[in-house]
Amino acid sequence: MLVVVCIKQVPDTTQVQIDPVTNTLVREGIPFIVNPYDAHALEEALRLKDRFGFRVAALSMGPPNAEATLKKALALGVDEAILLSDRVFGGADTLATSRVLSEAIERLNQQEQVGIVICGKQTIDGDTAQVGPGIATRLGYTQLTLVDLIEKLDPQQGRITVRRKLEGRHEIVEAPLPVLLTVVREVNRPRYPTVPMRLESEAATVQVWSNQELQLDQNGIGLKGSPTWVSRIFSPQREKGEIVGDGAADPTGAAHLLIDRLVSRDLLVV
Amino acid sequence: MFLELTEEQKLIQETARNFARSELEPLAAKLDREGDRPAFLANLKKLAELGFMGLNVQGEYGGSEAGVVAFSVAMTEIARACASTAVTVSVNNMVCEVIQAVGSQEQKEKYIPRICSGAYAAGSFALTETGAGSDPAGMTTTAVLDGDSWVLNGSKIFITSAPYAGVFVVWAVTDREAPKGKGISCFLVEQGTPGLVIGKQEEKTGQHASATNELVFDNCRIPKDALMGKLNDGFRIAVAELGGGRIGIGSLALGVGLAAMDYATRYSTERVQFGQKISSFQAIQWKIADSYTELEAARLLLMNAAFRKESGRPFAKEASMAKLYATEAANRACYNAVQMLGGYGYTADFPVERYARDVRITSIYEGTSEIQRVIIAREILKNIS
Repeated sequence: MLVVVCIKQVPDTTQVQIDPVTNTLVREGIPFIVNPYDAHALEEALRLKDRFGFRVAALSMGPPNAEATLKKALALGVDEAILLSDRVFGGADTLATSRVLSEAIERLNQQEQVGIVICGKQTIDGDTAQVGPGIATRLGYTQLTLVDLIEKLDPQQGRITVRRKLEGRHEIVEAPLPVLLTVVREVNRPRYPTVPMRLESEAATVQVWSNQELQLDQNGIGLKGSPTWVSRIFSPQREKGEIVGDGAADPTGAAHLLIDRLVSRDLLVV
Repeated sequence: MFLELTEEQKLIQETARNFARSELEPLAAKLDREGDRPAFLANLKKLAELGFMGLNVQGEYGGSEAGVVAFSVAMTEIARACASTAVTVSVNNMVCEVIQAVGSQEQKEKYIPRICSGAYAAGSFALTETGAGSDPAGMTTTAVLDGDSWVLNGSKIFITSAPYAGVFVVWAVTDREAPKGKGISCFLVEQGTPGLVIGKQEEKTGQHASATNELVFDNCRIPKDALMGKLNDGFRIAVAELGGGRIGIGSLALGVGLAAMDYATRYSTERVQFGQKISSFQAIQWKIADSYTELEAARLLLMNAAFRKESGRPFAKEASMAKLYATEAANRACYNAVQMLGGYGYTADFPVERYARDVRITSIYEGTSEIQRVIIAREILKNIS
């Protein structure tokens, strides 16, 4: 069984600022990183490899320099890395992106049956959380989002049981393969690449697939295939703080309320 | 002339930095104050699994074959977060390298992979004695051949990692009649060998998590083939291998110095006195300028020594220069950092007092600054005449 993990190279948004005049992201000189959620997706794929011996392929759509991101995936232990890169893929929204990624997964499926596709919950630059579900819909895979634990996987029966982290509650879901998972940060702690693997990955080749390979209709991909346009990016007005509980009368209760609030907003992990 | 790390070296630096920031730094203050040996050893194990214990060791023995420059930059990154971890990594690398350089095929295959993989938490380098510090040839520990084994008697002091090392590289006198330094041999002694006693652990000023102990050899019997290298060639081996260790310790000191200055510099942009940030005062600016200039000079000296070693050129003088300068510059940087934080710099609420304590030993161990000057001068003077 092949496990496919989709990863995106993103600007390190902790260092990105918004140009107040043009309302666009100032990207000059900002280092690129693996989208943090995708790093968890990658780790989960590698854990499946460790446990079941599956092969893992990493997919990324992006400019040629996204090769660096895929090399990091190779250094961590993926078996195959494919960069989907072509000028005609550029300017894509989530719809067009999921079209290209689905087609690539379909090509991989023709070589070896794909059982599981794993994506990060969302990217930290686009923040839509749409590409994973888009791929699942297009491929007709079961779609399990916001996974924080793979409870059980039975490759023989072709079934998977996962826990989904929803607001204020968990949901246990069992589903048939093939499946697409999107994972949250709590799912695991990503490993570090070893020095020898990192040195090896520098010399390894990342396959590059252009639309020559995928043969997609150009009207459905890239800028042409993207019905969504971002009209403006801006920093939100900072909301006023709120007072939680009554710290003077009931400090313990107020502390509990605060912790609950932080947990429900994903600001604190317990 | 091209003063730039290769892509591979940058990747190793980045891996070391990420690991140090996420895994070592959060634990460093606790290790310093309370100690937590299981946590300390767990991090060493992780570093071994990532390939940091044999950076300049061949792949067939489990090393990473990343080279000396990569070793240097990795040491600096690890030391930025935790000097105790860094010194252990430095010594482990040195032990692997000495076994690789002079060990028999069996010794290499047996011990190096165990250190590189983390099966052994550490390897130890047992040279110093109470009466033989800067003058190691004055050692009195003896090894006497008795049938099929060597019998060791004597003691060593200041031995890094002794309680949790799997193997010790031990120097002992094998020919008492020989001229000074010509009758010393090198041995591999496994932890747990009867007669090898791990003695008192020193209470040190800094680098608390790294254990430093006395070793006692009380009729310690080791196999005949535990001799490493040629008989009576031990002193030459020690002198040759310490050069590499000096690059490690210089790089470590650089990391601690940078950590201190980075912290103090950031602090100076927040701390307000006389109605303005103290970074606006020239007195503070000069400290920042002086320390970073010195640390940059130290970095370049280290890179030069590492590059010479990596490319197979003589590097003893350059390693001593780099070690001397980097450790003294780092000491000055830590002094400045404490000064910039004022009274707060002297409290345990801020990390700079720990940096200042941790850095102090760097100009003492692996050859004092004074000995480095002796070596440098000797190397220079021998070429005149």
